[in-house]
Amino acid sequence: MTRPLTPGNRAPERTAWTWQDLLLVLAIVALVLLIVRTANQFHGHYDPHFTISTDISVLPSYTAQTLLRMILGYILSLVFSLVYSYTAYRSKMAARFMLPLLDILQSIPVLSFLPGVTLALISLFPGQRLGVEMAAIVLIFTGMAWNMAFSFYQSLCGIPQELIEASRVYRLNAWERFWSLELPAGAIGLVWNSVMSWAGGWFFLMAIEAFTLGNQSFQLPGLGSFLAVAAAHGNFPAIYWGVSVLIGVVVITDLLVWRPLIAWVEKFKFESVETQSAPQSWVLDLVRRSPTLRVIQERVFQPLQEAFDQRLNRTFAVRTAPRELPSPQNLGQWFEWIFSSGVTIIILWGVWEAALMLRQLSPTVWLSVLLGACFTALRVFTSLILSLLITVPIGVGIGRNPRLAQVLQPIVQVVASVPATALFPILLLALIHLGGGLQVGSIALMILGTMWYVLFNVIAGAQAIPAELFEAALVYKLTRRQRWQTLILPGIFPYLVTGMITAVGGAWNASIVSEYVTFNGQVITTPGLGSIISEASAAGNFRLLLAATVVMSLLVVITNRLVWRPMYHLAQEKYRQLI
Amino acid sequence: MLVEKATASLIALEKVGKAYEQPSGQPVVILEPMDLCLKPGEIVALLGPSGSGKSTLMRIIAGLIPPSQGQVMYHGQPLVGLNPGVAIVFQSFALYPWLTVLENVELGLKAKGEPLGPRREKALKMIDVIGLDGFENAYPKELSGGMRQRVGFARALAVEPELLCMDEPFSALDVLTAENLRFELLDLWLERRIPTRAILIVTHGIEEALTLADRVIVLGRNPGRIRADFPVTLPHYRDRKSSDFQSLVDQVYKILTNPEAPAEPPTLAASNTTSVATPATPAPAKYQSLPGVRIGSIAGLLELLEDRQGDLYRLAQELLMEVDDMLPLVEAAQMMDLVNLREGDITLTRIGLEFSASGIDERKRIIRQQLLEHIRLVQQIYRLLQAKRHQRVSEELILDLLEGHFTPKEAYRQFKTAVDWGRYAELYGYDEPAGEVFLEAAPTLETPVVT
Repeated sequence: MTRPLTPGNRAPERTAWTWQDLLLVLAIVALVLLIVRTANQFHGHYDPHFTISTDISVLPSYTAQTLLRMILGYILSLVFSLVYSYTAYRSKMAARFMLPLLDILQSIPVLSFLPGVTLALISLFPGQRLGVEMAAIVLIFTGMAWNMAFSFYQSLCGIPQELIEASRVYRLNAWERFWSLELPAGAIGLVWNSVMSWAGGWFFLMAIEAFTLGNQSFQLPGLGSFLAVAAAHGNFPAIYWGVSVLIGVVVITDLLVWRPLIAWVEKFKFESVETQSAPQSWVLDLVRRSPTLRVIQERVFQPLQEAFDQRLNRTFAVRTAPRELPSPQNLGQWFEWIFSSGVTIIILWGVWEAALMLRQLSPTVWLSVLLGACFTALRVFTSLILSLLITVPIGVGIGRNPRLAQVLQPIVQVVASVPATALFPILLLALIHLGGGLQVGSIALMILGTMWYVLFNVIAGAQAIPAELFEAALVYKLTRRQRWQTLILPGIFPYLVTGMITAVGGAWNASIVSEYVTFNGQVITTPGLGSIISEASAAGNFRLLLAATVVMSLLVVITNRLVWRPMYHLAQEKYRQLI
Repeated sequence: MLVEKATASLIALEKVGKAYEQPSGQPVVILEPMDLCLKPGEIVALLGPSGSGKSTLMRIIAGLIPPSQGQVMYHGQPLVGLNPGVAIVFQSFALYPWLTVLENVELGLKAKGEPLGPRREKALKMIDVIGLDGFENAYPKELSGGMRQRVGFARALAVEPELLCMDEPFSALDVLTAENLRFELLDLWLERRIPTRAILIVTHGIEEALTLADRVIVLGRNPGRIRADFPVTLPHYRDRKSSDFQSLVDQVYKILTNPEAPAEPPTLAASNTTSVATPATPAPAKYQSLPGVRIGSIAGLLELLEDRQGDLYRLAQELLMEVDDMLPLVEAAQMMDLVNLREGDITLTRIGLEFSASGIDERKRIIRQQLLEHIRLVQQIYRLLQAKRHQRVSEELILDLLEGHFTPKEAYRQFKTAVDWGRYAELYGYDEPAGEVFLEAAPTLETPVVT
């Protein structure tokens, strides 16, 4: 069975609403304010001395620069995920506000971060390219980090109790415990989510490497800006070249980095039986069997590791001394009380400030934001239904046929990581010829960008249905309709829900790039929340940006709580397989 | 005498108890305060049914869990934090799946800061002693259950603990593998090939305890307390067929099947017994605790009893059942007044006889009648249901009721058992997705879905 490619979007236990949920809603408003307000504080200047070339000869160097940006953004995300999740895991008190915060951050679209991050970094490095570069990296980070952090946190919480006890009885120090228990336990989740994050990074690359803010345009040499400029000028040979290089890079990264990593990380499964169809990678086999590398490993890395471990052992000597002296409970409670009231006050202050800022928006603007939200919601909904109609039959077909699955699955995974945004210009061109325009185009982009999550999960779900159940359906002569109703749909339901949660989240985010496009020398928009955010961000209209982002973030978080979580619970409780 | 004991003991528990407070303020007692001391040179078995807190007691001794009262003394010093002289062998092995056998065994040594050379030497030696040669580079998932537990032993013994704690180390293994490993462990111990000074084994198998241990401590449940503490003086490599051994088994069985009676430490004609005083605890009025068994299994027991009444222990042996499997069944049948238990002998009551002679509908009627007569929780649920207008009660209501007497986990188990029994007797139904119990006769809007 292949692991579904999902963020560990596992819902917490409770579904009932409490006062903390209200606080969460307010926290959204406060946090978005903070992000947008940052933009207001800075007025940097930045003169691009170069223009983005659409000459094919620049592609190698542009690609290299893009890759470097992505790698730095990824490393930043990885470090953040490890530190953030670990802190939340070790401190219950921290977890209480860190997890909701992560929930909110996840729902804020990348472009809403853009003005704040960019203007802040440009004013830190006035007139230099460095500021914009760093802004791009931070923006890539905002698209990559959250699901990785969630996944690592959940892996940490899922470590079997006896393994933790073993680490204590055998007196592993903090470093050893992290290195030999906690990090390995989270490795699988981290790798799979890295694959997703990396694909997500490509998705927003065009928007991140070339954008306008107020009346300034910011461009960084890279594959994303190459494609963006080529699309804006309607330079089709350049688009084709760019897309080909992009697909090439995606395929090669998948082959040389992600496949081997996915195969390697199988080692960290808790499962105590060997699985039959573990992911394979010939690159990994090559590396593992190479005599040269083995010698290097034995001569260089092992001694280094040993010395490192010894040093650390001495630094963090095992404490035989008491660690868990029962601390006076009152003190802890007081501290906690002060802390949480502090957080509450900050949130309330943020909400107040936001209210002051938002009050200046006229009712007509609000109306347009709400109307846009309705339009976008409709689009998200439509794209979800269409994705389901497309992917469920295909996914079940692939999942029920092991040989087909073996051949198609790796291909599907590569295709899925090709960013739909890069294909968008080509798609739009076709649509304009057919007479659909952006109305249809934006939905198509949402589907292209998000149906993969559903597809992967449906495949995994179909594979998880025991063969006996199909045999039983055959023996009792169930009709095709009955078979879908009583076996296949209930069987894949838990997986389907997981996939849909991810897909809908992605679709909201995708609305920003799909409702507002610079294409062939003109800006094409279609009414929606996504285009409002894009326009507000481009025009530097911070009030509007704040309003639209808050609305979108609230919509995402609230539908998560009210629709998806109960559904997830239902799936977990009622439709879980009996094995 | 007392002073002598304190200096000779490896570990001494002084009035150690464990309890915790529910959010509602209700205290739940896991372990009643107890005194206990472990001396060098002995294998001690902690024997008891599930829920008697034997694992908790072991973890308190290891310093993994702090006691809520009393003190653990290690070499006469109060123990704070982890016990430095203890290693544990876990029921589920608790090997790190991503480390090889050698790396797993080296783990504890590495944490001690041993340099590579001596560390590897010690680990390899222990791998050799425990019979894992040739598997040094294997990963745990490549090994069979028995080999995995060998790794668990090697890892524990490699750190040369003074006290080796074992938490049901053989219960995840098949019968033959377990037997083999038990005797190999005994060999190592008797031939002094391991530096361990004492062994504490947690078990629910009477035979296992009596085969291995020099001293057996029997724990009772609800709340966990010491019911008997007696030495086993039979010479090692004990013959399980011998009458001495069998008589010991019988006596332990008697203690375990008589949870309320003050236990007499088993005595052996052939040995001079030095019995340790059993704390005679006045049993407080307790809420009836339902053993988590299915009516179907009780019915099976009664069927079997129909033509072979008599000694409970022989019956269990014949059925290849452990105490933990057998006792709850007997207890449940006793609660419903279907069997009589006297001195380890089990007989069917009049109702029990009637039950085993009846067909399915009649059986359900008998169980219904017995439940409503004897089982308090079922009565309560039934009355609640009748009082409610819609004849539906949410599970939270019942759990709240139970959590005054049990831990949340145990309360849930009690509830589930009551649901199962009531369902069998057709007293009430349970709507799992909604989490509601409803009166069987009442028309329901939604039929519970069986997956």
